[in-house]
Amino acid sequence: MTDRRSGAQVAEKPKTAFWNDRDVRAVLFQILIVLGVLAAGWYLVHNTLTNLESRKIATGFSFMEREAGFSIGESLVPYSAADTYARAIWAGIINTLVISVIGIFLATILGTVVGIARLSTNWLVARIASIYVEVLRNTPLLLQLFFWYALVSEALPGVREAIRIIPDYVFLSQKGLRIPHIVANDIHGWMFALFLGGFAATLFWRRAAAKHQEATGKLRPLFWPTVGFLFGPAALVWLFAGAPLELIKPVLRGFDFQGGGTFSPEMIALLVGLVTYTSTFIAENVRAGILSVSKGQWEAARALGLPNNRSLRLIILPQALRVIIPPMTSQYLNLTKNSSLAVAIGYPDLVSILNTTINQTGQGIEGVALIMAAYLTVSLSISGFMNWYNKRIALVER
Amino acid sequence: MTVQTTSAPIEKPPVTEVGAIGWLRANLFNSKSNSVLTIVCFAFIVYVIQAVVPWAFLNAVWTGTPKDCQAPGAGACWAVIGEKNRFTLFGRYTYDEQWRPALAIGLFLLLVGASCIRRLWGKALIWAWVGQVFMWAILMWGGVLGLTFVNHEQWGGLPLTLMMSVVAIVVAYPIGIVLALGRRSDMPAARGLCVAYIELIRGVPLISVLFMASVMIPLFFPEGVSVDKLLRAQIGFTLFLSAYLAEVVRAGLQAIPKGQYEAADALGLGYWAKMRLIVLPQALRLVIPPMVNSFISTFKDTSLVIIIGLVDLLNAGKIAVNDPPWRSFYVEMYIYIALIYFAFCFTMSKFSQRLERDLSKATSR
Amino acid sequence: MTPQRQARREQLAAAPINIEVSHVHKWYGEFHVLRDVNLAVSKGERIVICGPSGSGKSTLIRCINRLEEHQKGNIIVDGTELTNDVKNIEVIRREVGMVFQSFNLFPHLTVLENCTLAPIWVKKLPKKEAEAIAMKYLERVRIPDQALKYPGQLSGGQQQRVAIARSLCMSPKIMLFDEPTSALDPEMVKEVLDVMISLAEDGMTMLCVTHEMGFAKSVADRVIFMDRGEIIEQNVPDEFFNNPQSERTKLFLSQILNH
Ligand SMILES: Nc1ncnc2c1ncn2[C@@H]1O[C@H](COP(=O)(O)OP(=O)(O)OP(=O)(O)O)[C@@H](O)[C@H]1O
Ligand SMILES: [Mg+2]
Repeated sequence: MTDRRSGAQVAEKPKTAFWNDRDVRAVLFQILIVLGVLAAGWYLVHNTLTNLESRKIATGFSFMEREAGFSIGESLVPYSAADTYARAIWAGIINTLVISVIGIFLATILGTVVGIARLSTNWLVARIASIYVEVLRNTPLLLQLFFWYALVSEALPGVREAIRIIPDYVFLSQKGLRIPHIVANDIHGWMFALFLGGFAATLFWRRAAAKHQEATGKLRPLFWPTVGFLFGPAALVWLFAGAPLELIKPVLRGFDFQGGGTFSPEMIALLVGLVTYTSTFIAENVRAGILSVSKGQWEAARALGLPNNRSLRLIILPQALRVIIPPMTSQYLNLTKNSSLAVAIGYPDLVSILNTTINQTGQGIEGVALIMAAYLTVSLSISGFMNWYNKRIALVER
Repeated sequence: MTVQTTSAPIEKPPVTEVGAIGWLRANLFNSKSNSVLTIVCFAFIVYVIQAVVPWAFLNAVWTGTPKDCQAPGAGACWAVIGEKNRFTLFGRYTYDEQWRPALAIGLFLLLVGASCIRRLWGKALIWAWVGQVFMWAILMWGGVLGLTFVNHEQWGGLPLTLMMSVVAIVVAYPIGIVLALGRRSDMPAARGLCVAYIELIRGVPLISVLFMASVMIPLFFPEGVSVDKLLRAQIGFTLFLSAYLAEVVRAGLQAIPKGQYEAADALGLGYWAKMRLIVLPQALRLVIPPMVNSFISTFKDTSLVIIIGLVDLLNAGKIAVNDPPWRSFYVEMYIYIALIYFAFCFTMSKFSQRLERDLSKATSR
Repeated sequence: MTPQRQARREQLAAAPINIEVSHVHKWYGEFHVLRDVNLAVSKGERIVICGPSGSGKSTLIRCINRLEEHQKGNIIVDGTELTNDVKNIEVIRREVGMVFQSFNLFPHLTVLENCTLAPIWVKKLPKKEAEAIAMKYLERVRIPDQALKYPGQLSGGQQQRVAIARSLCMSPKIMLFDEPTSALDPEMVKEVLDVMISLAEDGMTMLCVTHEMGFAKSVADRVIFMDRGEIIEQNVPDEFFNNPQSERTKLFLSQILNH
């Protein structure tokens, strides 16, 4: 008994032409894109292979096992010209990492200081800091590296007139910074062990202090005990052993110093350039982070009677760090990537060693691939770590 | 109960609070530690001035020969700049024709100046920029209108630096927009490709991209097609910059409230119409300041072409002081080049900061 | 005048002076914000300060806990004169609680942590004790169940009540309120005012900048009218509202009451 006019029919699903279906369209579009990319890729690979063949360049990484035949100015891993390319590249990777780690450490400190200085209520300090930032930010890093390199290698006095930063021990000259070596002594092992023990003790002390405060409200001193635990036992042992200290001093013989260790002019220029340049960006991040915490937070903390240093540590920093850390990460990555400019002033980092390798072997593709792989590994792992860290910070927040 | 009938007079603040003394007290000596800092800074400034001023100004040699500069007691040798200026600015460009790149730079500056005036923003400005590109081509290459032909392998100095950064940003801009849209699209294949490209390029140093361009591009094309160094470098820059611009544009797209997308959908606009008419105009407006910053970094980064042997401003200066008699005056040359870069970058960054303020005022009305 | 009021007035007259502001001047650059301000507040007295925007009300009460510095005159709080002496300032801030218009809760700490922070770090109380005190005051402002939430998860009225509890945890002798309800939606104003009224009933010395005239009428012992950096008129609420003396007060009241 259905009434036809009641409209109770189940409406048939309207037919859409399949090319009008949204999902189908999306799939088709994506297939097209992938095909296009594949086609372009195939074309390029094909051309490359033909070109390589006609130029008689062998592909593959077999060259890594061959003798490199060039020497490396400074290297933390033992290396000589008779070693393989693989070892040379390894030395380059280590050099890049060393520069990046030292650079990041110093740039963070310098950048933080400059960033805070820019916010100083002292007009002169703020001015000087902002001039520093503007000048360094607005000129190319490469130019700065050239400048520092020229300054170190030519404007500094020759070896004979070396600047005695610490007379008899530390010299600065055109040939770089010369520092003494400490002769290994059995006591060093013990001192290191005691230092580690002191580290553990410090952690223990801090935890105990926190517990004590929770229970009684009393604050225990932290700074001096920390210093004491870390260095005290080691220093005591050293003193009891009769304070053995034997230094190999750099001594001027002929045209150069003998003995001790060196920071080469290339390394100094690279470090100074990278650190000062990056510090300006870090300074801006720090400044923005601190400014992002509203004035009301300071006022509320003060109104509760918290002294300034406590307000900074308990209220302002935890909030500012959330803003500072993500851009700081990308500055760290930038510093690492910028260290590749070492090639321009001849510090043997990864890029500069691979550059030599490419020139000697003609293995351009492999060389570039290695550079990219190395940097991608570093970039992706740093950003992975920072994502984890940001999440942790975010958890504390909410 | 109590009414105050006589009003207390409006007084001047105590002299120690305003004027020079007040300013000094508030800004330099507002606490003990600040006073110490002030004195230290002051000593530092005095030290720098007494070290730099005699060298840079008082004893400087403004014109003359290397002999004059090497005279005992001579300060900075600015003469080297006078001597090498043309080469530094224009590289190996045919000497007698160097008025052409100079004119081109002039045109560029004029147009940049015009672009800084927000009243002039509009279609006409875009056409002016397009026209500018042709003007540059004519001026730099010549070969028409009675200008002698100058091969682009001879280009160098400031025009090369400017040109490479402008071309890179103009070409990379649309690519960056496409990449950004791809990264935010809901099609996994498109998104995956865009993310891979962007992260790959952003994860490696510019030098390696330039290396890649200069090593791989010749291999990519069938025999007979040759791509010269300049073009290779340009391609490398553009690929590099497009990944960074993609992230800038993405930030802009993310800043557009969801309501805008929904309103466009509700009006029945398709994907492309929605993007072109509603989302992109707003997003691109938002990202003008970061785009200017990208341009500044590109401008500075062009100095890296020295590594593949092009003669940009920095390299030209470097080559210029390689001339044996002038060799020891590289510091003066680097300072000169730094000043040129600084003038460009500083102006642009101040402009972008002002723009940012203006735009944020306009949107947060 | 009711006998109750009369009694209260005598009681206050006998009470010791808690805050004494005498001949205070303050300038922002060339701008004379506070002009010869004189004010004595007895222990337990409830004072409402009103006046047009920019008249210096906030500046005055912020001078009392030294968030702003005055340049001439003296302010004595609970027997301690405000000088540049950091120790004095710390002492006074411990005794004076302040509630801001924009709450200023610490967003990275839970409600409970917001409340225990100062007792732990300033008063050096054991954590357990601080938490017990915090819970007591959170109950008092009627939000003990929100203790473990973050400020961002609360409504405006709840946030302001947390801010009040946070100040109370330091057991201040004096409370300063700077327009505590003017950032709130109308339906939340009452819950905050109720808390303030119950505080007043407990005999807390209060200085309150507010435009809530109902609150002023029922709670204040004295209403102070400020304009252009001066105290123009002060009186008991009945007189102040029914029989204002100065023209400026009349104008202000007509604007605020008949809109
Ligand atoms: N930090 C400052 N620097 C300069 N001038 C200021 C500063 N703070 C306040 N002022 C000025 O001082 C005057 C008084 O400000 P105050 O905040 O005390 O006013 P108010 O009575 O609280 O007004 P409102 O009702 O709007 O809160 C205003 O004219 C204001 O512009
Ligand atoms: Mg106010």
